[in-house]
Amino acid sequence: MTDTARRLAEIRGDGPPKRHNARTIAALTGNPGCSRRAVLDSAGVDKPKLAERIGFPARFGQSRFAIGRGNAFEAQVKADGGAELLRLVAERLGVPVPAGASWTDLGGADDLPDRQERSRAALTATDDGAALFDHPLLGLAVAGQRVHLEPDLVAARLAGRYHVVEIKSFPVVDGQADAAKVSAAAVQAAVYVLALRELLAAEGHDPESVSHEVVLVCPRDFTNQPVASLVDVRKQLLVLRRQLDRMARVDDLLAEVQAGFTADPSADPATLAAALSQVPARYAPECLAACELAYFCRHEARAQTGAMGRPVREALGGVADVAEVLALAAGERAPEPAQAEAAALLRAAARLRAEALAGTPA
Amino acid sequence: MRALAKAQALAAGVAQPVATVRHVHLSARPLVLVPLAMAGEAHAPLAALVGATPGEAKLLIVPQPRNRDQRFRFVAELAEVVLPYLDSFRGVSEAVPVDRGRDVRYRYVDAPQLLVPNPAGVTFLRLLGRSTRFRRPDGDYPVHPSVPLLGQWLTFFAERAEQPGSSALLAMTEAVTLHWATGQSAVEDLHLPALLGWLDPPPGLTGAQAAARAEDPTVCPPAGPATDPDFDNRVLAPAMARYADAGDDAGARATAYAELERVLRDQLAPTWELMWRGVGLLAGLPAGARVAGRWDGDKDAFTGYAEHVDAGGGPQPRRDGAVAAARRLHRLERALTSYAVQRAYDDPLVMAEHRLAGEAFVGEVTLADPRRVDDTGKRPVLRPRIQVVTTEPVAVPVGATLWSPARPTQKAKLVFLTPGDGKTEVVLELSGGMGRGLTAPPGSVPEVGERLCWTTLSDAYLPAGAFPEPDQTPWTHGGPEV
Repeated sequence: MTDTARRLAEIRGDGPPKRHNARTIAALTGNPGCSRRAVLDSAGVDKPKLAERIGFPARFGQSRFAIGRGNAFEAQVKADGGAELLRLVAERLGVPVPAGASWTDLGGADDLPDRQERSRAALTATDDGAALFDHPLLGLAVAGQRVHLEPDLVAARLAGRYHVVEIKSFPVVDGQADAAKVSAAAVQAAVYVLALRELLAAEGHDPESVSHEVVLVCPRDFTNQPVASLVDVRKQLLVLRRQLDRMARVDDLLAEVQAGFTADPSADPATLAAALSQVPARYAPECLAACELAYFCRHEARAQTGAMGRPVREALGGVADVAEVLALAAGERAPEPAQAEAAALLRAAARLRAEALAGTPA
Repeated sequence: MRALAKAQALAAGVAQPVATVRHVHLSARPLVLVPLAMAGEAHAPLAALVGATPGEAKLLIVPQPRNRDQRFRFVAELAEVVLPYLDSFRGVSEAVPVDRGRDVRYRYVDAPQLLVPNPAGVTFLRLLGRSTRFRRPDGDYPVHPSVPLLGQWLTFFAERAEQPGSSALLAMTEAVTLHWATGQSAVEDLHLPALLGWLDPPPGLTGAQAAARAEDPTVCPPAGPATDPDFDNRVLAPAMARYADAGDDAGARATAYAELERVLRDQLAPTWELMWRGVGLLAGLPAGARVAGRWDGDKDAFTGYAEHVDAGGGPQPRRDGAVAAARRLHRLERALTSYAVQRAYDDPLVMAEHRLAGEAFVGEVTLADPRRVDDTGKRPVLRPRIQVVTTEPVAVPVGATLWSPARPTQKAKLVFLTPGDGKTEVVLELSGGMGRGLTAPPGSVPEVGERLCWTTLSDAYLPAGAFPEPDQTPWTHGGPEV
């Protein structure tokens, strides 16, 4: 065990490292500046358990109705050896619909090394015919660990290029879908594109044969009819690459963390909360939708202007502390030279606000 | 300025005002609608509480939202509440002069108003309208004739909701945050229970504590349309399964239906209470002077669409054509500009934001020459000049035109600007709003000692742009539709 691995194990506590999946990897790109999150994720800490232990449980429940509907739609689209799926994808990509395609289900209950080997062999075979690969087992290096990804997706090989096909159950109404859901799906698909590219590159194939255009298959309007759309994930790939590189340099991150720091969920809650506050976080309201620890960080950041959103902080001249903002606005505190302009604006704003609220005729 | 109010709200532990008057119209009889949607489905309704007074909440539910017939039965039941409500505004008309008083047209004296908890509720109504307005009472899958009609009306309201300044369909969270700032982020403000937690926190709690408590779905169910996943899994799914298992056993079915009604009412009732609390908070503010004028626009739109429906007009298209889209965009842009100006004119606290941005200043009139006549042109014209002294920075160039909310029809040209020690002297030349003669009527020219606000924002009429007819769509925009 290397020093780094020992350090990470110490942070994590007794349990095995929490497995990443495409969703958690995608979430890593959400707030790349947050050290707390990078350290905890690198160590594979069980964050939901940790959050509950310190009294700020996360709320990321999923309705069984949503899960059921998602599974049903996926089964429907994949039916008949993917014949319908093949037509949809080919038409969307503008290539001639092949007469048929091989369908390889790489899923199953086999042990991981075997499945991985099967996926590798199937995806890198020198065959250019149209093919669909269901449940491929892919791998990606996250913070020095090999993470296995078991996507519910299909990799389609058409006209010699691979396309990641993601089946989602949110509807596309009159050509428009919920923007937040599309962007979440795009980041997840980017994780798969990256993993697929690494697999091909490792075998000496051209990684660029995996297209940056992923195919999103969703129900059309209010029906169960699937419709395919193309999403360009080049930007998501860049962000992902950058964050993964950063986590790969986990030693740099750990250098800033005090020795003896632990986030072991079995430790005493008060000790845990105190330890966590030693590792700087960068809370923003967007964290609430992505990180299990967000409610803890929000509580901690309550007196910060950034907790009300970045635009608020910027409008307040970048002054971080709410008490400082109010003191500057009231003129009770002499601004530092760099704050002079912001302070003048705050004083003017406070004066105008007070005047308007007092009903001075204007 | 709003950011400062947010910081003050956080320090005070309670929301702070960002408006001194109410900028939305509030109907005496608004129809409050709290919808819930089925998780995972494409905008399938699950339940709704609807009614025009706090005491008469009508509960509508869909015991099996995946069943198409039950979904449309729900829509028909909703239509039984909404359509009579709309019709109740079609009794009395008023005459409105048009064409400079040479003609009159008629519009209803009042219009309906729909209130939903949040912007997601508006989206839900828009998509419910989209999924029903093209349905037909005949053909393969017939629906009740009220279904497509309600679809058209819901689409009408959803389109009005896009128009800045319209109050025909309001999201309560937006209406409240327009008037108060909380110490939490805009994302968190979308949660109605948390937002109202900031507005009047229970005794002994700060706004932040009240909001955090309201976020716990076991204490306070979410305001929809999305349900709490935990509720879905532990309460709703078993109750729905019992209904499905009841099969043709009428007794068991009725019991299971009543149980579904009970659990869904428990989820909806707290939001219903909050909606009326929100109505009460808004009603506590006096209406802004220009609110009634904007509501007239809603009355016009309602009258126009009612006439369209009466004449057998078809549903709104899925997408606008190129010309219709350009017209719509132009209309929305004009409405946005005019709404921003009107709010500033109505409300000194909103105007204060423009003063901070250098688009307005307040000063005292120190000199006035109300009889000044400019005779350099062909005809002599009355052009009084006044001098205003202000302590605020004036970021307006010489030659610019200013207006004052006190005399909105009068223009003031900035003639001289003399910055001094901590104050600025501004000389303004006035035109308009003083009658046709060479003597200004009393009160039409600001007098010495008056304290006035001058701004570059103008509430003057914005002429509409000219657009080609749809059959003249230029080729750059796809050409005429075939």
